[in-house]
Amino acid sequence: MYVIDRRLNPRGKSLENRQRFLRRAKALVQGAVRRSSESRDIKDILEGGEVVLPIGGMNEPRLQRGNSGVRDQILPGNKTYVEGDVIPRPEGGGGGAGREGGDGEGEDAFRFVLTREEFLDLFLDDLELPDLAKRRLTHMEHDSPTRAGYSVSGSPANLAISRTVRLAMMRRTALSRPTAREIELLEEEIAETVDEESKSALQAEIEALKSKAKRIPYIDPIDIRYRRFETKPKPVAQAVMFCLMDVSGSMTEHMKDLAKRFFMLLYIFLTRRYRHVDIVFIRHTDRAEEVDEKTFFYSQATGGTQVSSALETMRQVIIDRYDPSDWNIYAAQASDGDNAYSDLERTEQLLHQVLPLTQYFAYLEVSEPDSSFSSHSSLWQLYERVDSQDAPFSMRKVANRSEIFPVFRDLFERKEERQGAAQ
Amino acid sequence: MTEANSSRLFEGADWDFATLQRIHDACEDVALIELGLDVYPNQIEVITAEQMLDAYSSIGMPLFYKHWSFGKHFAHQESFYRKGLMGLAYEIVINSSPCISYLMEENTATMQTLVIAHAAFGHNHFFKNNYLFKQWTDAAGILDYLTFSKNYIARCEERYGQAAVERTLDAAHALMSHGVNRYPGKRRPDLREEEQRERERRAYEEQAFNDLWRTVPTGPGKTIKELSIDRRRELLGLPQENILYFLEKSAPRLQSWQRELLRIVRHVAQYFYPQGQTKVMNEGTATYVHYKIMNRLHDQGGIGDGDFLEFIKAHTNVVFQPQFDDPRYSGFNPYALGFEMMQDVERIVVSPTAEDREWFPDIAGVGDPMSVLRDIWANYRDESFVSQFLSPHLMRRMSMFHLSDDPDETRGLVVQAIHDERGYRRIRRQLARQYDIGWIDPNIEIIDVDLAGDRRLLLRHSVVHGSLLDEANAKQVLQHLADLWTYDVLLQEVDAQDTVIKEHLATPRAVAMAA
Repeated sequence: MYVIDRRLNPRGKSLENRQRFLRRAKALVQGAVRRSSESRDIKDILEGGEVVLPIGGMNEPRLQRGNSGVRDQILPGNKTYVEGDVIPRPEGGGGGAGREGGDGEGEDAFRFVLTREEFLDLFLDDLELPDLAKRRLTHMEHDSPTRAGYSVSGSPANLAISRTVRLAMMRRTALSRPTAREIELLEEEIAETVDEESKSALQAEIEALKSKAKRIPYIDPIDIRYRRFETKPKPVAQAVMFCLMDVSGSMTEHMKDLAKRFFMLLYIFLTRRYRHVDIVFIRHTDRAEEVDEKTFFYSQATGGTQVSSALETMRQVIIDRYDPSDWNIYAAQASDGDNAYSDLERTEQLLHQVLPLTQYFAYLEVSEPDSSFSSHSSLWQLYERVDSQDAPFSMRKVANRSEIFPVFRDLFERKEERQGAAQ
Repeated sequence: MTEANSSRLFEGADWDFATLQRIHDACEDVALIELGLDVYPNQIEVITAEQMLDAYSSIGMPLFYKHWSFGKHFAHQESFYRKGLMGLAYEIVINSSPCISYLMEENTATMQTLVIAHAAFGHNHFFKNNYLFKQWTDAAGILDYLTFSKNYIARCEERYGQAAVERTLDAAHALMSHGVNRYPGKRRPDLREEEQRERERRAYEEQAFNDLWRTVPTGPGKTIKELSIDRRRELLGLPQENILYFLEKSAPRLQSWQRELLRIVRHVAQYFYPQGQTKVMNEGTATYVHYKIMNRLHDQGGIGDGDFLEFIKAHTNVVFQPQFDDPRYSGFNPYALGFEMMQDVERIVVSPTAEDREWFPDIAGVGDPMSVLRDIWANYRDESFVSQFLSPHLMRRMSMFHLSDDPDETRGLVVQAIHDERGYRRIRRQLARQYDIGWIDPNIEIIDVDLAGDRRLLLRHSVVHGSLLDEANAKQVLQHLADLWTYDVLLQEVDAQDTVIKEHLATPRAVAMAA
């Protein structure tokens, strides 16, 4: 007999089979995600985690008997039955009469756990920002070094002095290296004492301290740290995404929530899919401001509504920072459709200025739950006119949380050919 | 080794490799000397939980080829394991020489002792001595053959693409249950030779390759109409119940590598064929052996009282049999039934009642339970074991009864027999039938190929008791079969009077499996 320790073998032997399985199950997993998205919070969805797959799609078929015909079973645990007794059939098939063989995997769905990465990859796989056409192929030669922490080796030019000194100090304190001040104090004491015996004792103490200070260097090679750099490739295709949202008083909490979810999703989608995407958040009431992500999603504002202000701000940002010849520009706007009547004309003008600059402009009109959209809002009517002019533009209405996913998919599904939004 | 028996093998849960060695040697003494077992050399491998799941999902084999279905099983098992719904299998043991048993590193010393006794001696003895395994499996060659098949399939993937290989394997897996020979051939399988022959076949193909033959214009072949039906069937070796074998030999448009893949799947299916027929006996034997060994070690003082209690708890869980109305019930637990029957045989041999003498005149009271059991382990399979050795005593103990579910019986399920004088033999016959693989697997044969016409393959399912094939499954399997055959496939379900009850027809998909 001999014992072999296999624990040191490379881990993840099953990884390849797992990947193969996921490739096989891709369509199914995506379907499962879509289904579960209607009942789950977006945040939960993006946790990845468990999906439930219908077993049928991943079934490994075998030639086996079905449930027709006479089935005979021997069962254990008879209590009161005698020969000839008749037991009414339990509801839902043979409850008492389990399946033959007794070790089948007879479930109609099976669930398994996906990592967040796997999950999102699968989910986002068939979504793509439309028509990322203006690729500016920058050569990879322009790798730029970026700071990436510290390392224990490097060139003298990259010596991180403050970090080194800090570590040295920590080490000296930890090993209680005597400071110069302590020795000075003792020497003063010697000068003051006359008693020979205590003098020599102090002298011995000073010697001990000095030799200890010698043994513990002020700066040791192990303290030394260097600045570390990693080279990051320059973006191959860069895009900027403008998120516009109405945060005025007419937007209820529910509508904001819808819009927020839409953008969150958008945000996650973008940050996952494109490494070189800038995102600009613009929120507006009757004035618009560019804000950071946190403010955009989580802080309150009140006021009237002037959509034009947001478009104006967007135009300004484009002029300042995102030259359309260098950037692919996308915009998504969420609003309840309210707009000051006086502002409509200005909005239309601006929209006509902004649209040619963008690759794509998505408009999401949010409303109270279960409302029927019987009448069209002023903004909707305005945008419909724009929409019919064959611009890279699409618009959708959303009332319930469960509609966000489908709409989102709708807006950003790969389109075979560029087309206006099909209603 | 006698000192080891007189002192503790281990104290507490911790163990190291020296402990394992001591445990193994102590078990070996009991197994070989006291129980008279005969085993393959043992190889014990210590693995992690993840590796256990891995082995578990590739049908318990350590070096299986890559296939998505194993990934599916892994994900499946893992989700159970994570939720804590399922402890891992106690043991995975491989029918090979040397016999490989896996020990999980998380197990306590007591559990390791249990697994060594159970797998390295119980299963090991069964594999080496049972007639089915002797007939059907080649323990010495299996590991090498699996390595070969894994590498061969990986090479095929490189050469012909993953998708094509996967399609072929999917189809082969679907037909796996009907890819075995049920009757032993003239020779014992020899997998080493098998691998050698594969190389020779390929070498021959390469030598004999002549572009001339590929470019010969293929007109209508020689007319076969004048062949009589019988002659035609004889040429094709029909009727044939081994579908994979038939395809490998006769499918007109398969590439040689695809034939080799079918062959590999067929060999694997054949290798596992005996295990499906001996679940109860195999687990019963292993459980009986571990119970004997553990008790003996405890008596000798090798295992302390506290540790022995831990064993008793684990053992009780293993042989737990939920009753039919328990939500946990899913058929007979093979560990429970097997162990109970082995214990029962021992009881009959040592201290029979008058009833036992009447029922089992051959073994009642002969006094040496181990030799009787060794004989049983060597010469029976589940079906014959149950039909000969299930005693009235045990039927009463387990309160067995026979329930019949006839769709024509509107009143409900009928109790046909219970554990009484009238019912014993009927229950025994019925339970044996539940373990009869010829009864469990539908009996399907290839009976004809219409060579003169559209080359349609004709299969027949001999229906018993009006039990038809599960339609959705059958449809998928036939689709796979048609893809391999590349012409239409027709399956007829035929009852005892030769009337066709139902037909399934499959047409090959556009993505031709074969070139």
